[in-house]
Amino acid sequence: MEKEYETVIGLEVHVELATKTKIFCSCSTEFGGAPNTHTCPVCTGMPGSLPVLNRQVVEYAIAVGLATNCDITQYCKFDRKNYFYPDNPQNYQISQLYLPICRNGHVEIEVNGSKKNVGIHEIHMEEDAGKLIHDEWEDCTLVDYNRSGVPLIEIVSEPDMRNAEEVIAYLEKLRTTIQYLGASDCKLQEGSMRADVNLSVREVGSDKFGTRTEMKNLNSFKAIARAIKGERERQIELIEEGKKVVQETRRWDDNKEYSYAMRSKEDAQDYRYFPEPDLVPIFIDSDWLKRVKAAQPELREEKLLRYEKEYDIPRDDALIITESRKMADIFEETTKLCGDAKKTANWLIGETMRLVKENEMDVADISFSPENLAKLIKIVSKGEINNIVAKEVFEEIFKNDIDPEKYVEEKGLKSVNDEGTLKEVIQKIVDENPKSVEDYKNGKKKAIGFLVGQTMKAMKGKADPAAVNKILGEILNAV
Amino acid sequence: MANVISDETIEYVGILAKLELSGEEKEKAKKDMESMLDYVDKLNELDTEGVEPMSHVFKVNNVFREDVVTNEDTHELILKNAPQQKENQFKVPKTFD
Repeated sequence: MEKEYETVIGLEVHVELATKTKIFCSCSTEFGGAPNTHTCPVCTGMPGSLPVLNRQVVEYAIAVGLATNCDITQYCKFDRKNYFYPDNPQNYQISQLYLPICRNGHVEIEVNGSKKNVGIHEIHMEEDAGKLIHDEWEDCTLVDYNRSGVPLIEIVSEPDMRNAEEVIAYLEKLRTTIQYLGASDCKLQEGSMRADVNLSVREVGSDKFGTRTEMKNLNSFKAIARAIKGERERQIELIEEGKKVVQETRRWDDNKEYSYAMRSKEDAQDYRYFPEPDLVPIFIDSDWLKRVKAAQPELREEKLLRYEKEYDIPRDDALIITESRKMADIFEETTKLCGDAKKTANWLIGETMRLVKENEMDVADISFSPENLAKLIKIVSKGEINNIVAKEVFEEIFKNDIDPEKYVEEKGLKSVNDEGTLKEVIQKIVDENPKSVEDYKNGKKKAIGFLVGQTMKAMKGKADPAAVNKILGEILNAV
Repeated sequence: MANVISDETIEYVGILAKLELSGEEKEKAKKDMESMLDYVDKLNELDTEGVEPMSHVFKVNNVFREDVVTNEDTHELILKNAPQQKENQFKVPKTFD
């Protein structure tokens, strides 16, 4: 009988925090600057320079810890992790080993309708490394230290996940939570969120873990899913052949769909951690904890419940709106201004999402104001413009955040609801199209659609379709 | 001396520190490390039962900076520290990745 295997997965997730400055110096963390323009003696590891901790890093780490049900280590400190590599100019990384700031947390994930908790072993604060670029011309490596010293938190999960779906649900949960807190933008492609996958396999029913490998270089959810499948198969194959899985770090090549061992055996992984002597310990008293707790925004789960109750929005719609805090904020603000949650939800789920996809944008980059969407909803409700015109106006709001009232006025887009004018136009259309009128009379009710279309065309789209239908019906029935 | 550093250990420490030591230097380093460990043994004679480990000599906590950018672009000065440079980057021997 063929053996059945279970995959056991734990994740190490690095998240770049959204601070303005680096963790230990006052250099900018801005992404994409010219090489080494955001550097100083501290983040390039010059002898004699001293680190000073950025308070905001601790605040964000506490916020993420509280949102993921962790215990906050009230007395915590930094440690030195020693290794030689050119991306690390000090020859050590300042990190936390002995007393990480958060421990013993969990988040709830949902896959195919069933819920499960994924444990969080710890969250620690540390500094990012510089960026290495291979120079083909001179066959050497070039180093840009702009990213050196950018603050990171590393979130280490328990080995609680069993398949790619659970891994992705866990990552999405972390991403939404951290984005809601404003602690990071969590963009996998830009590297502000990076996941390393620890994976082992074991026979179903076994309570012992197999030997695990760690996979790096995973920069999309799709790559993560493929890497999990590929590594599971590789390990099962080794076991079936009677070989052993070697505990090692492997680099996933998403094009070849295969992972490769990254470090040679001679390259010892012995970091010789010791307490960081250049930084004093951190003491987080209960006042500080209370303050961070009180400043915690409403998170997605709470919003989902409230939206159903307070606004009577179906859960599926609420799920789309609350996927990002940006969208949820626009929704709440617009609803407050126009008083119509349902219509606001429809504009966001329908047209807004359509335009976001069409422009290949991120929801976080939406730039229109709730004021202008609220105005649009109001003038549509009043019948000042019809739905077709409204969609055109919305595209302008989405693109340039225009004031819809002014725009409609300037472009002369107001619906013509004046019965006299409409009657005149419709009468003319009816006179010009005797064939359609005859079809209608002979029971082809569809013919009315053609006449409505002709009227709208004659009115340059500015008629209220309901009014056109009503008058047209009256005229036709009188013929 | 109570502690004895083996050839393997000094070799391994050399690899970690990225140092290539001559035979003579290895012997000298072994002696130094042995006497350091002996000193640690001496300290270990103290009864530290119930004493919290100390990570810092001063009784100071919470020294912070506010999150405000004050450093300017000084890449020309910083790059003066690079033994070699190219296109405003530090030029180093090829890495594996």
